[in-house]
Formats: sequence, C-alpha cells, structure tokens
Amino acid sequence: MTVNPSGWRPTTPANTQGEAETVTGNRALMLEEPLIFEIDASETTGVDFDEVPQHPRRLEGLERSRPIGLPGLSEPEAVRHYTRLSRQNYAIDLGLFPLGSCTMKHNPRLNEKVARMPGFADVHPLQPQETVQGALEVVSELAQWLLDLTGMPSVAMSPKAGAHGELCGLLCIRAALEARGDKREVVLVPESAHGTNPATAAFAGYRVESIPANSAGRVDVEALKSRLAPDVAAVMITNPNTCGLFEPEMKAISDAVHAAGAFVYCDGANFNAIVGKVRPGDLGIDAMHINLHKTFSTPHGGGGPGSGPVVLSKALAPYAPLPFVERDGDQFRLVEEETAGEHHGGTFGRMVAFHGQMGMFTRALTYILSHGADGLKQVAEDSVLNANYILRSLEDILDAPFAKSGPCMHEAIFSDKGFAGGLSTIDLAKALIDEGFHPMTMYFPLVVHGAMLIEPTETESKASLDQFIAAIRSIGERAKAGDESLKAAPVHAPRRRLDETLAARKPVLTYRDPEVAEAAE
Amino acid sequence: MRYLPLSEADRSEMLRVIGAPSIDELFRDVPAEARLKGPIHNLPSHASEMAVERHMAALSRKSMAAGDVPFFLGCGAYKHHIPASVDHIIQRGEFLTSYTPYQPEIAQGTLQMMFEFQTQVARLFGCEVANASMYDGSTAMWEAIVMAHRITRRKKSLISSGVHPHYVSVARTMAKFTEDQLETSVPDLTARTDIDRLTAAIDEETNAVVVQYPDILGRIADLTPIAEAAHAKGALLIAVVTEPVALGLIKSPGEMGADIVVGEGQSIGVGLQFGGPYVGLFACREKHVRQMPGRLAGETVDAEGKRGFVLTLSTREQHIRREKATSNICTSSVLCALAFTAHLTLLGEKGLRQLASLNHARACEVADRLAGLPGVALVNESFFNEFTVKLPVEARPAVHAMVEKGVLGGVSLGRLYPGAEELENGLVIAVTETVTDQDIDALEVALRELVQ
Repeated sequence: MTVNPSGWRPTTPANTQGEAETVTGNRALMLEEPLIFEIDASETTGVDFDEVPQHPRRLEGLERSRPIGLPGLSEPEAVRHYTRLSRQNYAIDLGLFPLGSCTMKHNPRLNEKVARMPGFADVHPLQPQETVQGALEVVSELAQWLLDLTGMPSVAMSPKAGAHGELCGLLCIRAALEARGDKREVVLVPESAHGTNPATAAFAGYRVESIPANSAGRVDVEALKSRLAPDVAAVMITNPNTCGLFEPEMKAISDAVHAAGAFVYCDGANFNAIVGKVRPGDLGIDAMHINLHKTFSTPHGGGGPGSGPVVLSKALAPYAPLPFVERDGDQFRLVEEETAGEHHGGTFGRMVAFHGQMGMFTRALTYILSHGADGLKQVAEDSVLNANYILRSLEDILDAPFAKSGPCMHEAIFSDKGFAGGLSTIDLAKALIDEGFHPMTMYFPLVVHGAMLIEPTETESKASLDQFIAAIRSIGERAKAGDESLKAAPVHAPRRRLDETLAARKPVLTYRDPEVAEAAE
Repeated sequence: MRYLPLSEADRSEMLRVIGAPSIDELFRDVPAEARLKGPIHNLPSHASEMAVERHMAALSRKSMAAGDVPFFLGCGAYKHHIPASVDHIIQRGEFLTSYTPYQPEIAQGTLQMMFEFQTQVARLFGCEVANASMYDGSTAMWEAIVMAHRITRRKKSLISSGVHPHYVSVARTMAKFTEDQLETSVPDLTARTDIDRLTAAIDEETNAVVVQYPDILGRIADLTPIAEAAHAKGALLIAVVTEPVALGLIKSPGEMGADIVVGEGQSIGVGLQFGGPYVGLFACREKHVRQMPGRLAGETVDAEGKRGFVLTLSTREQHIRREKATSNICTSSVLCALAFTAHLTLLGEKGLRQLASLNHARACEVADRLAGLPGVALVNESFFNEFTVKLPVEARPAVHAMVEKGVLGGVSLGRLYPGAEELENGLVIAVTETVTDQDIDALEVALRELVQ
C-alpha cells in the first residue's frame, strides 16, 4: 500500500536536488493527486436530487444490472481534485507560452463572461428561429467582420476547428471541380506545411504531393509552377508560412495556379501576423480557414474546442456547407435545407450536426469589437515586433537559418546547429521549463534541423520578453558548451521527463483496478 | 488598448535593437500593393469593456433563453442542470489557457484529466478504451464509419433510420468524397425501431451497421441480436449515443456487443450553447485501438519512476503520419471533455443513476399526460427521457404556435425531415430533471389549444 497513490512510492529515490523526502510525496504547494478511481467513492455523490417519483418503467427490459464503475466525489473533494490537477499545468495565465504557429495569446475574460450570457449559452440549436435571433445576429456580425478583414466575398462558419476548416475548403474545391466535370486527383502541399494539410487532403480523397522549400525558407515557386498540370486540384499554402516568413510571391503563385485551372487553399493558422494589415483576398486565394482560437483569442482549453470558419472566393461560395445564416432586413434566417438557399445552390452538404461553435463565435466577436480595426492592426504589428525582437536578440547565440534574408513575421525560427555533446532542441526546451517558461514548438517545421519555432504574440510585455531572452541565452550557451546536465532537465517540474516509448509499447489508456490489472498480467 | 502591453517607448526601443527604422520595415516582404495604408476602411475602432459588454448583452436579450420558459427540446442536445462548480473548474486559468499537452512534464493536469475522462467514457459505454474526445457526436460517427472501413476493408455501411438525420447528413457529405457506400432511410412513426430490417440486410460487403440508442424518436431496442448478426458476417456494430445520461439506467451498447460506441457528450456538463462547442465521445475494443482517431492519453513513468501521463500512440496522428494518418483531426474538444468529466465525477455512479431515474420518471409522466389529449397518440412503447407523439395537426407550425404561448414545446419532425409528409405530424418531446410541474401544465395547455 502506498501512502499516496498518485506516484510517490516508499521506494522512490530522493530527487537530485537533495531535498528531504516527505511522507505524503507533496512538496509544499506542489501537491500530488490520485486518480478519481483510487478514491473509494462508489457511494458518494456531489449532486443532490429530488426524490424520484415511482412510475412503471418503459425501458424495454434493458435496465442495467451491473455497476458501471463510476466514482463520485462530494463538491469539496471534486473542487480540490481539479484544482490540484490544474496546478500541474502550465498556462498563458502563468507566463510566456511561445508555441510557434499556435498563437498562445492572452484570453480576455470579458470573452468568457459574454459567452455565458443566456441568449447565447442557454439556447438550443433546434429552437424555432424567431427565438434565436440574438444568436444568429452574432454569427452574422462575426461573419461580416471576417469578410471585411480578409477581403473575401463569402464565409462558411460551421467548421469546428482549423483542420475541419481545411476539410471544408478542400470539399468546396472538390465540389466546384466536379460541378464543371473536372476530375483532378492531386493536391500540392509544401514540405513545411502543418501535418493537418496533407492529412486533410488525403481525408478528402486526394493524393498528396510535396513541394520543396528554397534556401530562403519560402516555397520553391519554380518547382511549384513546373508541377502544375491538369491533374492538380489545389495547392495548399500557409502564409505567413511555418518558417515565420511571408510568401512574397503569393499573388504570382495564385495567378499560376488559377491559370492551370486549380484552386489556392491558404492555411490561415498564422493570420495573426497580418490581421488588419493585409487582406488575403488581395492575394488571389480561394479559401482560407481562420483559427478563432489563435488570431481571435478564444481559449485553447488544453486542446480545444477550436473553431475554423473558412472564407471563400466567389468561385467557391456556391458550394459552401449547410447551414448558413442569411440576413433579411433586421431578421436573420438559418438556412438548413439544401433546396432553400438562393445563393448556395451547389452546397456540398452538412459538416456538423448543428451550426458550428457558437461559444467561440461570441468570444471571437467580443475580442474583435474590443480591438476594432485599429486595435487589430496594432495586434499584427506588435506580434511581428515582438518576434523580430526575439530574433535579433538571439541570433548571435542560436543559429537562425533565415535571419539574413530579412525580418520575420510573428514567429522566429532557430535550429540546433552548434549544440555540442549530443545535445539537441529538446534539451534546451526542457531546460526552459525549469526557468518557468513553456517551450517553443520543437522539431517543426521539418525543413529546419532541430527546429525551434518561437511565437511570443503581441500580449507579452518587453520585460517578459527580456526575461525569456536571458533564459534562452544562458541555456543556449550551455548547449553549445555541451553541458550534460541539460539532459536531466526539467528537474523542477511536477514530473521529470516521461517515458513515451513505454507508453506506446504497452499502452495503458484507461484505469484498471489493481486486482484486475494484476490478473491480466 | 487594454490587451496590448507594449508602450510607445518600448516599441521605439525594440525597433532600435532590431535595427529597423519603422514597423513598416518589418513588413517589407509583403508586396506594397497588398499592404493596407491604415486601418481597414469603414470598420469601427476599439471599444471599452463596458461598451462591448453592453452591445453583446443587447444581442443576448434578442434570444429566448431555455431557462426562462417551459422547455422540452432534445434531438441531440439536452438541457440538464449543471452544478456551479463545473463552470468554476473549467475557468481555472491553468485548464482554460493551456495548450494540447505536448510537454507532459508541465501538463499533467490536463493529461490526468484526459485519462480519467477516457476511463469514464469507456466504462459508461461498456468498451475497453476511449479517446480524449472528438469535435462532436456527428463527426465522431463519421470517424467510426471510416474506422470500420479500415478494419474490415469493406465500403458499405448500413445506417439505421433511427440515427439523428444531421449525423446521417454529415456522413453522406463525407461519403460523397470518399466513395463509401451508405444505405440510409427516414424513420417510420412506429413503436418498433428498424433493427429487424437492418439485421436482415447485413451481408458480406457490410463493414458496419450503425444504430442510435435511444434513437431519434426516443425508442430503445436490445442491440444484442444485431451485434451477433453483424459479427456473423464479419461486420462491426457501431452504436451512437446522443443522450449519455440514459446509460445511468439502461445497459451500455458495449455490454450488448457493440464494437465502436460514439456519442455526444453535451448533456453532461456542457450546456446547450446553440449547438457548439460540444464534445464527441469515441470508444472501442482494445484490439482496434491503433485504428482509432483522435488524441489518447496513456500512463507511463517519469525518469524517477513516478507515475505520469503522456499523449500516446501518436503514430496514428497527422502531425507524425501526415497524409497516412487515421484522421486529420488536430484540435479536439478538451475543455468540454473537462466539463463532462467534472460533472460526471460530481454525479458519480449514484448520482448518475438518480439523475437518469428522475429523467425517465418525469418523461413517463409527461407522456401519459399528453397521450390523454384528444387526437394525440404516443408513438413509443419504450423511451428514456424523450419520446415522439403524433399530433392531429402538422407539428412544425404547432411548434411556432407554442412559442406564441411562451412554450418551447419540442422538435418537429418536419424540421428534421423536410419534405417527408408521413412524418410531418410528429413531435419529439424531451423531458429532463429541469422540467417543473408548472412547465408540464403549460405544455399541456398549449398543446390542447392546438389540437382542439
């Protein structure tokens, strides 16, 4: 029997800091917490109910006869359980979270308050339309902002996340091609693209071909042009790209793609760098998703929910998915039926059960209204300024493969070239944890060796950046000197490095009661 | 601008360090003709917190909130009471403002919560394993169908007429592009589900038969025979659960032999939110786990031998496998999964059973009351907290007429199945623990006026 089932064992060796062990396994404010299944609580509940009236049941004789195995906690126990767990997480609220391409900016709390207003949070998706006018107006108002900010004529609001938006865009493209009887099979994706791009193209039934990057970290335009042929349906381009650079030849790429009868999909993950400064519609793109959970500050929540509306060109607009909101004077109409849309005759169908991520629309609109056109432009400028400040403050310590070609956009990229003693990016990243920072994106994009992609966002102060820069300069020096101790990092986190190989080789994905687990061995 | 910490002095100093004469110099890769000269024309400027809140509150007041009126809507989204502590927990900044746990040393809170969620979902569904969530129930169902395709290498799926029509629409949309073959139909207004017809239709080409439990009309059927029939032909049984509270009272699909169980977790912890964000639930047999989509948290140890959790089996996923991944999903619905798991932990087995019993008893009471109205017939013999009545009049206008009386009185089948004349008098009514005696009286009065 262990004193604390959450990990501490009597045999656990003392940690390397030479701290005295404690009986509980806790270290002051660092509190260990068992799994809910390890708390003997099958008869406990944290919710009180009225007495259940007696009534003959109509359950087809399918009443449960065996226990489900769900533990219950009283409210104080539950609040403590989740509060203790929360304290084992890093978060933007705690400090700089410079994950490149993820745009971990401050999440304004007004957004949370607004999202909980009853006219948005407490309405059912199938309520009669006359009873959900406020919710529909939010969708419509946000949609209009997205059109104005991107310079595009149409937007599909229902996709549930960025990758889902990619899928929406590619399905519009496929529907448009099929409508003209054109069967094309290939989607071109630069090798620096997010993994979702090729996965989405495959999910939509396309064959994926890779386009190389040039030595300046941009798409090799000549290679792209030479591959354009009648079998190419679309090109997926991220702009600004995943090396943190703007694709200066974007318009020329779009023109070439269109001349070949194909469409341009733009991955809008990095829209934060150009929001309010550049309209993607002016660059000739046909579809672009906007991660509301990146540029427009809806919370990442530990991995979603996101939201990925897709702006569409005139050529793709007729194929947008159901449902959509139409404005008729001061009334708003939700078009759910394939035959009902006047301007959407070719809709490819429905992508989600209801209408998209209402809870994210309210937050994004609140953010946009708070900033206004002038504030959003300032967002882009400050995010780019912060990234360039990091780039120029670190380029003498870390290898910055594209620094010579000019400024970066909202994220700065470095490589692990020059690290000694077998040290790599991961060692620097884990040492950053000990300094109280979340690591940057590691080993992505694939075109840079040991890539470190740093996106500070505009919501960091100069003091915060300076502290981060000082930490990286120190760790970078140690990495170049081959300081072995970096391999042990982190030493101050709730856990040391975790054995991911073991987790994958012998997957334990659910809790098993010890007796059951033992019997299975 | 209250969200931007840099001062003008900071900006000047930083430009000096960078060696750029102006901010525009940093945008020099953007061709001049694509650069906007100032803020986008005709759009408003920034606004104070008070002004924005006022604007949004005015919009909110233009909707009729479910909590303000007698409310009986279901069909894939249910109004249940959510304990106040659930919303407090999901607003902890360490959960709310963290990212996908790629750095497990500083993300054990999210990872342990995911592991607990996976275990709860697996147990509730009667399956061996579950993932850490999908976008929603409808996208989870499509992912289950393509997973069955990968496992069986067959392209035909039989979808019960009792599956939510929007879920079927999502699958049909996707199948157009993947060339999967789906057999679908609209439901009959009868007491029995179409399970016997489906059972007879399974053949050697079938990869899966997909049934909803309870189904769109609220009916419940034993899945054991169809599971056996599917397995005899080498096909899988996929069960869809849109109201997981039901499983506090009735057997899980996994217990009856379902191979993949997917569902919508909205009814536990998440709230109505006009349809999203919700949380897709996905569970299956352990032997199929490498074909499963989505994030998975797994147990392991750290360098000191302490137990910890990590994201695992990521060789199924897009960021590693790119075009060969099992799905393109990246972001899932972790914060909604947290709301689900926290609410379910507060309920516990005892609370879930009580909640389910209360829902069922209330629904039985309302069904009997409405069946006593002239010309109104109860379609179901079995149901959990949702049932269908056949009105003597068309249900779609009836729903709008009830709004005039201040009652949100159910979902008309005319809205769900436009054009299906034989269903247009059908009204689906959900009754949860939130319904009061006065609400029931109001519904009865409103309906009585319409049918007389």
